Amino acid sequence: MSAPLTVPADSAAIAPGASPATGFWRRALRHRSFVLGAALSLLVLGAALLSLVWTPWSAYDIDIASKLHPPSAAHWLGTDVFGRDIVSLLLVGARSTIMVGVIAVGIGLTFGVCLGLIAAARKGWTEELIMRMSDFTFAFPAVLSAIMLAAVVGPGMLTSITAIGIFQIPTFVRVTRGSANAVWAREFILAARAAGKGGFRITIEHVLPNILSILIVQATIQFALAILAEAALSYLGLGTQPPQPSWGRMLNDAQTLLFQSPMLAVYPGAAIAIAVLGLNLLGDGLRDLLDPRLARER
Amino acid sequence: MSLFILRRILTLVATLIAASLIIFLVLDALPGNAAQMLMGVDASPDAVRALTVKLGLDQPLTYRYLLWIKGMMVGELGNSYVYGTPVAGLIAERLVLTVPLAIMSMLITVVLALAAGIYTAANHNKLGDVGVMSLTQVGIALPNFWFAILLILLFAVKLQWLSAGGFAGWDDGIWPGIRSLLLPSISLAVVQAAILARVTRSAVLEVLREDFVRTARAKGLGKREVLWRHVLRNAMIPVMTVMGLQFANLLAGTIVIENVFYLPGLGRLIFQSIANRDLIVVRNCVMLLAAMVVTVNFVVDVLYAFIDPRIKVANL
Amino acid sequence: MSHATAPLIEVRDLGVRLNTSRGPAQAVRGVSFALRRGETLGLVGESGCGKSVTALALMGLLPDSAVVSGSVRLDGAELVGLSDSSYCKLRGNRISMIFQEPMTALNPMHTIGRQVAEPLRRHTGCSAASARKETIALLDRVGLPDAAKRVDAYPHQFSGGQRQRITIAMALACQPDVLIADEPTTALDVTIQGQILDLIADLVEERGMSMILISHDLGVIAENVQRMMVMYGGTVVESGATDAVFMRMGHPYTQGLFRARPRLGARKGTRLKTIAGTVPELADLPAGCTFADRCGIVEARCRVALPAAVGVGAGHDVRCLRTDVSMADAAGAVRV
Repeated sequence: MSAPLTVPADSAAIAPGASPATGFWRRALRHRSFVLGAALSLLVLGAALLSLVWTPWSAYDIDIASKLHPPSAAHWLGTDVFGRDIVSLLLVGARSTIMVGVIAVGIGLTFGVCLGLIAAARKGWTEELIMRMSDFTFAFPAVLSAIMLAAVVGPGMLTSITAIGIFQIPTFVRVTRGSANAVWAREFILAARAAGKGGFRITIEHVLPNILSILIVQATIQFALAILAEAALSYLGLGTQPPQPSWGRMLNDAQTLLFQSPMLAVYPGAAIAIAVLGLNLLGDGLRDLLDPRLARER
Repeated sequence: MSLFILRRILTLVATLIAASLIIFLVLDALPGNAAQMLMGVDASPDAVRALTVKLGLDQPLTYRYLLWIKGMMVGELGNSYVYGTPVAGLIAERLVLTVPLAIMSMLITVVLALAAGIYTAANHNKLGDVGVMSLTQVGIALPNFWFAILLILLFAVKLQWLSAGGFAGWDDGIWPGIRSLLLPSISLAVVQAAILARVTRSAVLEVLREDFVRTARAKGLGKREVLWRHVLRNAMIPVMTVMGLQFANLLAGTIVIENVFYLPGLGRLIFQSIANRDLIVVRNCVMLLAAMVVTVNFVVDVLYAFIDPRIKVANL
Repeated sequence: MSHATAPLIEVRDLGVRLNTSRGPAQAVRGVSFALRRGETLGLVGESGCGKSVTALALMGLLPDSAVVSGSVRLDGAELVGLSDSSYCKLRGNRISMIFQEPMTALNPMHTIGRQVAEPLRRHTGCSAASARKETIALLDRVGLPDAAKRVDAYPHQFSGGQRQRITIAMALACQPDVLIADEPTTALDVTIQGQILDLIADLVEERGMSMILISHDLGVIAENVQRMMVMYGGTVVESGATDAVFMRMGHPYTQGLFRARPRLGARKGTRLKTIAGTVPELADLPAGCTFADRCGIVEARCRVALPAAVGVGAGHDVRCLRTDVSMADAAGAVRV
């Protein structure tokens, strides 16, 4: 973070002679929070991918005989109350977390961006209606929607994905509309309109490409929020159901054994925190790198 | 001024009606026959029929909706499908826990966040700023229920200063109750405070860049005086917006945290009711939580008008 | 106007180094001048030439990371290196400043009365009641209509011109010795500009203040100050009595600035002359004359070192090696 001063030096200028792409990576590798965030995020992603092809033990087979083993050469972090290997559970849990996160953010991104773009393009009562609805939805935290859904259709991964996805929509609507409105106010849009282009074409050709970097940053941060929400829901038993391993569920199981095996409650929480921290840092880093104008003090 | 408030009240009422409609549709219309759900698929059709009539579920949807709305006006929320006791009473006895919990954690959040946010902004880019901001970055990443578990591990398991859960109630005076809500409210507050501290810091920094700050300095005011007299009130507007939104998160958080600490609050009631298929209790609890969220955001909006003189005139 | 011989404010070899996002920048170099009580000085130049930084350096309001060198003396007392708390006793009391943007220079959350009274309460220690009376008198003096009634109004209830009157009242509250006006009319409508400048001129005369007026507008400078300094790239390229500078422009930059100014009544189709090139980045200033890259009569020796100021008349200095050519050129071409 460098001190912004009232000095008329153009800070947004890109060093001459460097193509934007190589410039991006060079700056990216020097950006501390980007590098740390990317490393942590890749660690979690790597764990999830690894779990698809290999885990030290099966994450599903119950072996009561070897329950609650302390860490050893065979079980690096020990075993849980059902004798399942903690490392394997953590790896597979990463997969569940990422899956729920990706789908939920996908829902939020798709609906939110479309509605936000429509609001910015149409203005008037359409915009008013969309914004009121999104304000309204925002008043329902994911846990509340999940509770309603769980009460009706029962708990499960689908319930938590839907609830988190719906909760994500309003944020994307706001961010999209806000930045799209700023693009609509710029001169080249006026030129495009003067050239006879319609609202839809302008939105696709001009507005969307210009707000893409903001959306990428927001999606990264929303992904982190989705992981937190997923963990809370599966901790409460409303989300991912056993025997499918998930970090939140592991915490719930561990809580009854706090006095016996306290460490069991530490690992899954640390995994959640690492994933969320990684994504948040990555998002902050991307914001600085993709759009210097936004890179002030958020 | 009064017109501004009137408009906000109309929005508030419209939002509450919309919320009640959605909640009613999802929790009453969508599940089909609540009596069937209560008794399970094996129940005899006659018994289900009898229960349907007994619970008033044979009435048309609109009638049931209006009955519910009317009931909420007068505090008659009907009887629990499972216990047969009035829902209002069930909720009231849980609120004596959940409301103090929410207030305590909001207080802790605001105190921590304002202190950290103002401190870091005043020491922008110095060591203290970087240190505290890194802490908040970690704080945001902590799931509150995990932080709660860590607190239990430390204070209840290791140090044994506090109990791991349960609620002492208010019968033996105020302190035992507050003591049992201490860990829950801290674990709720710390994560929210981390977010609010960052918002406060950037809001203060934003205002510090304003021209009138330089004007105030040019008058001969010291940096601290400018911060306290000129900057903070301007910076409070974005901070209050976020506080209002955080209250929603905080209420949602109480549902989770009450489960971590085995506290018999609204959150636990909702869970028991889901398990029992007691949809009438779920419906009213969710409505209550939604109403609290919407009302708090309404209050924040009205407070703007008191803080910012520009809003009063713009809407007169 | 009093005629004390000792200068009220004396600046010697002022330099300011700023930390920008592109590295350290020497924003101001070797600025020197002295101002007696009642004298007025104009600073003119394009944006980014260092005039505002100079003003902020005099006020002690540069960011903490800025490094100020040289000497600024107020009534003989050194200000460079003064602690902030000591500086606070001077600001708004003995040195005041009016800023460019009246729309944002006032705190939207406080009444204007409270803001104008603030320096009074702080420096004179008077009671709230007498500060209020004084505030109303000040607002009345700067020409705010209905001052007694509107003293409790908020900034957004005033127009730009009225707000600038309010900031002037604020700056004058404690009868300062030195008034720094940084582009006080740039943000205002043309019709209001004259009124505000007249008001400032009247007040300067009435209270015997010294004034430093900063503007990018040669017309404003010509009409309002006795002496002027032309700044470019952080240095003073030309200084002297306003009349002398306008009569015999010595520096190629001053001449360019004059030709580039728009004129009312110019013949239709007349093109505005522009100065070729752009203002150099303060972060990477050339070694020699800062204007070398845009100068029409540049020579190799101009790029070696910063030229020294050359006297071309009584109190008229030009920082140029080629005044022989530039001043011969300029003769006859320039008419005020």
